[in-house]
Amino acid sequence: MSARLRLSLFAVGAAGLGALLVWGLSCLPPAGSFSGAYGELLARSAQGERRVTDVVAAINFDYRGFDTLGEEFILFTSVLGVVMLLRKQRGEARDRRGARDDRSRGRERAPASDAVWALSLLLVGITDCFGLYLISHGQVSPGGGFQGGAVLATAALVVFLASDARTFRAVAPTRRVEQGEAVGAAGFLAVGFLGLFAGRPFLTNVLPLGSPGQINSSGTILALNLTVGLEVAGGFVLVLTAFVSETLLRRSRARR
Amino acid sequence: MALLQAFILLFVAAAGAGVVLSRDPLAQAVAISFYGLLLALMFLLFQAPDVALSQLVVGAVTLPLMILLTLARARKDLEERQRRRPRAPESPEDREGPQPAEEPP
Repeated sequence: MSARLRLSLFAVGAAGLGALLVWGLSCLPPAGSFSGAYGELLARSAQGERRVTDVVAAINFDYRGFDTLGEEFILFTSVLGVVMLLRKQRGEARDRRGARDDRSRGRERAPASDAVWALSLLLVGITDCFGLYLISHGQVSPGGGFQGGAVLATAALVVFLASDARTFRAVAPTRRVEQGEAVGAAGFLAVGFLGLFAGRPFLTNVLPLGSPGQINSSGTILALNLTVGLEVAGGFVLVLTAFVSETLLRRSRARR
Repeated sequence: MALLQAFILLFVAAAGAGVVLSRDPLAQAVAISFYGLLLALMFLLFQAPDVALSQLVVGAVTLPLMILLTLARARKDLEERQRRRPRAPESPEDREGPQPAEEPP
């Protein structure tokens, strides 16, 4: 196929795609308009029914809490998959050679400067506080377990960036992180069973609701946010641990 | 607000094209981090702060970091193979070449 034929074929295809795109875009509803009965309904009734001021949290952890349970276990399973794929395998030794070479040549890695240390310490504190705030205030303001958990995990990441892989593993010991993730995942189920114990359907909001705008409002929504925060923070740190140790601590298996 | 939204949409489109057009994986990892940041800003401007927070952490921090770590690992493998090829007997003195990266840049 000659270059000119190819170009003309591309021109025809691009013109067709462009025409379809313009046609499709011109038929879109105007930006910001929303036509869904449930959206309007929940935006009006959620604060009265569930004592939340963040309707998104009420939808995610109450009205469609069962879907969120599924999503959380999707995350749990994918973390499990990553950790399994990157597990230590036969024939892989710890990589000590890189460090030894560096020392023998007088070109060891410079330790992080005081400025980096001070900044990262500050960042770890802020990140931890912000993550905990997001997890515990999901029912009041934007945020919640998923966002807060992910922010918490970046605190461990800051430690890694400021120091090295070994310090990262010391700050976030794998066994404890695993336990945290498992407890978080099981906690979601446990909160769900509270409904069953009260003689109501699974994941019914049976805890006292409190008054909107307070941190102890919204019943099980707060409890679920706490468990999800634990699970997500644990899962993210576990994935990072797997990546870091596969990348930096182990010698390659490639002896082909 | 509408003007800001239009601007951020343009920026996101430009950054997305930039990610696709940068051919060096290392540069691409940095570009995708910037793109993730812009996406988070876009979600914020379209009044979805929950999604913006997730996007900020996952798209702008975690995903680029995983790409960087994977690149570091791939480079380490490459260097090890190159080091092994020229000389058969390996003693600590005759190892040359750049050292494997301890840390992503």
